[in-house]
Amino acid sequence: MEEVAIVGVGQSTFTRKCGVSVRELCFQAYKEAMEGLDITKDDIDASIVCSAPEYDKQRTPSGLISEYLELTPKPTFYVESVCSSSSTGLRVAWSLIKSGLHKVVAVIGFQKMSELTSREAAERMGRGGDIIWESPFGITMPAGYAMYARAHMAKYDTTEEQMAMVRVKNSSYGARNPKANYRKELSIDDVMNSDVITSPLKMFDCCANCDGSSSIIVARGDVAKRVSKIPIWVIGVGAATDTMTMSGRKSVTGLECSQEAARQAYEMAGVKPEDIDVAEVHDCFTISEILAYEDLGFAKPGEGARLIEEKQTYADGKIPVNVDGGLLSKGHPIGATGGSQIRTIVRQLRGEATEAQVKGAEIGLVHNVGGVGQYGNVTILRR
Amino acid sequence: MGFESFGTVSFTAEAKVADFVTYLEQGKVMATQCKNCGAKYFPPQMDCPRCLSTDAEWFEVKGSGKLITYTTVQYGPSGFENDAPYTLVIVDFADGLRIFGRLSRDIKESDIKIGMDVKVVPVKLADDRISYEFQRA
Repeated sequence: MEEVAIVGVGQSTFTRKCGVSVRELCFQAYKEAMEGLDITKDDIDASIVCSAPEYDKQRTPSGLISEYLELTPKPTFYVESVCSSSSTGLRVAWSLIKSGLHKVVAVIGFQKMSELTSREAAERMGRGGDIIWESPFGITMPAGYAMYARAHMAKYDTTEEQMAMVRVKNSSYGARNPKANYRKELSIDDVMNSDVITSPLKMFDCCANCDGSSSIIVARGDVAKRVSKIPIWVIGVGAATDTMTMSGRKSVTGLECSQEAARQAYEMAGVKPEDIDVAEVHDCFTISEILAYEDLGFAKPGEGARLIEEKQTYADGKIPVNVDGGLLSKGHPIGATGGSQIRTIVRQLRGEATEAQVKGAEIGLVHNVGGVGQYGNVTILRR
Repeated sequence: MGFESFGTVSFTAEAKVADFVTYLEQGKVMATQCKNCGAKYFPPQMDCPRCLSTDAEWFEVKGSGKLITYTTVQYGPSGFENDAPYTLVIVDFADGLRIFGRLSRDIKESDIKIGMDVKVVPVKLADDRISYEFQRA
């Protein structure tokens, strides 16, 4: 079987309103990913475009982006798993290369949330749950995670202050990330005193939707060694799904889709949680990062909050997490988010993460979740 | 009659389980059980992926359940702007049935306790709409 590596990564600046078209937005990430590589567009065998289609005005955007990047007549197609679409894109690219079908695949994730009016966005927000059984009650994405937060607080005595500590950490790194949307440092009081959105989650416990794009260039091992000075190897991929309905969940104190995806990825990579030098986890809400610590095995169930309280997930801690600001500071352009997480880990493993480099990082992990714990994706990368 | 009158805002109408709404009007919250293999479902479904039967019967969700988690939503999506704040909960009943819905407005947020006993009751909403909610058992 062929080895698979990431040779190029890029992302646009994440912003509330990008002011350019979707194709131009995608070009920003693609340009950064391709620059410095010893390949051109003609070497790309296929492209995979990732976004959540309910936010797109353009129908079937993969064809449009393929045309703009002059990737025709090579095949292009669209994949979607909401907030984890571009991790799914990487998984498909990996499979296409492993199968021997292609040598180089471009993954391009994007979302232009500002293309919708706030009324249109609120309408789509209302259809995020099961539209027969749960949306008629007014469920939202924050409400789903808030129910996990409440249950976690009740079972493990996790506190709102501990959740706020996640935002404080991530905001301290977001302030140094030139591509982040939110670049202010926040204090515990800032978070605790912000408006309640859906109890116990407050405004600063939540990430903001954004415009943004990301791109990952994936290559077969022999090609990767030729075109890239430091190829980053994809050594584990895991993916799992949980129910769309909240009532279908077996656990309300952890995401089983994350646990299963992590189990698969660790097994394939032949590594353990303690081998991970740096991680990006899906912190769409502060509670989500605490759940991820436990679901990924960085902490035992119920001990996630202690990890942040002891500052073990800062860049100089036991297991640095989201030292680029996370979704909480960078913002969350749905289809682009996974690619941005992967970019951060690739830059860390190359030793190029100048804003907050984890010294000597060799193995990194990316955890990207779609919906409220619906689609779990874990990818393990090695220098 | 289908799901067009179910909940505060409905998004679709037709379903083989539309009798759920008819039962609500008769004062009953129902789940389904596969006639072939006996699997029980909430949300109700006529189709059984375990044995591929398409024949299920209805049974009433009775007694009290335990509230396992909740959140009080301050900002609702489209159609819920004037509805917020409202409290969403998940409740465990016997037979492994786990049901999502709203908690009665009669229970203040500060009085909600995880583990509290609640029952599920059909409720009429404005504009001839119908739903169910959880009330103190």
